[in-house]
Amino acid sequence: LSRIGDELYLEPTDSGLSLRSVNSSRSAFASFLFAPLFFQLYQLGEPQPFRCKVLMKSFLGVFRSLPSLEKTVGKCLILLKPSANRLVLQLHCKYGVTKTHNLAFQECERLQAVFDIQHCASSLCAPARVLAEAVVHFPQTLAEVTLGAGPGGKISLRNYVEDEMEPKKTMVTELWLAEDEFQRVAVTPGSSITFCLKEFRGLLTFAEASNLPLTIHYDVPGRPVVFTLDDAVLEVHLVLATLLDPKRDLQCPTANGGVSHLPLPSDDLTDDLESYMIAMETEEEPGVPPSPTFPLQTQGPTQSDPEEEEEEEEEEGAVPGTPPHKKFRSLFFGSVLTPGGPSLAPTQEVLAEDSDNDC
Amino acid sequence: MRFRAKIVDLACLNHFSRVVNTIARLAKTCTLRLTISKLYFILSDKVANGGVSMWCELCQGNFFDEFQMEGVATEHNEIYLELVPENLSRALKTAQSAKAVKMKLTNKHCPCLRVAVELPSLSSSSRIVTHDIPVGVIPRRLWNDFREPSVPDFDVSIYLPVLKTMKSVVERMKNLSNSIVIEANLNGEMNLKIETDLVSVTTHFKDLGNPPWASEDGCPSSAPDRDLESMAEARIDIKKLQQLLAGQQVNPTKALCNIVSKRIVHFILLHEDVSLQYFIPALA
Repeated sequence: LSRIGDELYLEPTDSGLSLRSVNSSRSAFASFLFAPLFFQLYQLGEPQPFRCKVLMKSFLGVFRSLPSLEKTVGKCLILLKPSANRLVLQLHCKYGVTKTHNLAFQECERLQAVFDIQHCASSLCAPARVLAEAVVHFPQTLAEVTLGAGPGGKISLRNYVEDEMEPKKTMVTELWLAEDEFQRVAVTPGSSITFCLKEFRGLLTFAEASNLPLTIHYDVPGRPVVFTLDDAVLEVHLVLATLLDPKRDLQCPTANGGVSHLPLPSDDLTDDLESYMIAMETEEEPGVPPSPTFPLQTQGPTQSDPEEEEEEEEEEGAVPGTPPHKKFRSLFFGSVLTPGGPSLAPTQEVLAEDSDNDC
Repeated sequence: MRFRAKIVDLACLNHFSRVVNTIARLAKTCTLRLTISKLYFILSDKVANGGVSMWCELCQGNFFDEFQMEGVATEHNEIYLELVPENLSRALKTAQSAKAVKMKLTNKHCPCLRVAVELPSLSSSSRIVTHDIPVGVIPRRLWNDFREPSVPDFDVSIYLPVLKTMKSVVERMKNLSNSIVIEANLNGEMNLKIETDLVSVTTHFKDLGNPPWASEDGCPSSAPDRDLESMAEARIDIKKLQQLLAGQQVNPTKALCNIVSKRIVHFILLHEDVSLQYFIPALA
């Protein structure tokens, strides 16, 4: 959850304790629901319903060193004290040592992203390990990845190259997974979606550690993709906005059933560079300084359509590599989060104000 | 112009990856020259590189199980490509358990070196990862820029000390100064010196040995009556030296350097099937 946002939202309910987080651009949301059975003791108090949020950093600070926690802590008590505006985390450790942490919280409205798994046209389910092994081939700094349903039932993962980065200078990595690596595949052929890798990696790490299969539900580009993990006592949802880019999808080779992307080592007729070379030489002007860099120009049709609607959403003069938050359609949130109110503890610093315009 | 190659043996793949990693640390962009029997990674001495140049030569037979190449023309059966070695390094990084790695020159939207890694998987078919590395095709009329550098008329030629030791010395010195003086004589002695306003540090190496250069071709050997104790020295950019030493992942079979006093230092690192030459010019 800390990979997503800076604030941890807590909501104790009848069905369990829900921990949620959202990122600043509202393009990523995650919730972990721990059923009452997960806990040794689960008791709801007054008032109900009660929702609050605490600083992620403060909460994580309590559980800082997992290995030493596992050795020394016997039990952990989580107590909400609305009257004192404090969330109490008490660690009962060995040798009679008790560490009590009092975290200030802020009451808030329900944080809930609007999404509907039932209406997602495609879904995939795979062991977390398979997906983790797939993701390792992409660099840590990669922002977005495109997941696609390709020919022959194969599923592809490809790094997404933005327009701002020079597409001819960027390395493109593509990974193909066979259908039988998944536990379930029910996808629309030729479909694909693009989402942020960072938050997904976070969930993958958790899934791998808990050895749970991961299910991916998606629909058309622009509609959020939902990743879920299910267990007897835990229900996890990660909702990410996807890139709204219908034109690019049409040009995506997988949508065309592009033979060129089949992983089989079939003879590619397009790998003859001779004609390319000759054409290049005639274009070259005399008097150009003899440096080895060569101005590459495509002979084929250009990839990107200049008249895409997304142009208006693009930031002017964007720094290459800046996460394209503006291109992602923000997830629609069910209710407005109140920008601080009378319940605000006087000592608490107000962090980023929540407001409607913050998209 | 065509190029296809395949590596199946894991040891060869690891070895090749290590070579590419070393190159990636030395140059942001370099030239890959392909011939029927060899691969070359070349960096020519442009001002942009800070005057350093590199020549790395590999015998393809020692690495590839399959290697097919057709150059621009029959009488010029070679291919020169400009690429970013870091991309190739990244593509090979996660291929350590691969069943096979294939490389192919393609031209779908622009010239690319396609690296296809076949990975084992629990399913019936293997997992395939393809990396399309954009390359620039260098036209024949520019090939002269990439000729093999000749061994300079050096004053002293000496074997280098154990690279690991040299590397840690240079790394510490890098924190103190931007330039370093390498001096050596024909008596197997080498000193690495730095000097700043506050401090000067010298590390002495002895009994290094001097490689015997054949005097048949005349030029490479230094003057026969050169005083054994007399030092030839050159002041070079310490970062360049550190990059060279840090990039070495395996101990070379032979490591030596040739110093042309106050002009240039020529490093030669030889492994069984790879040779790397690196030239660092002296600072003004």
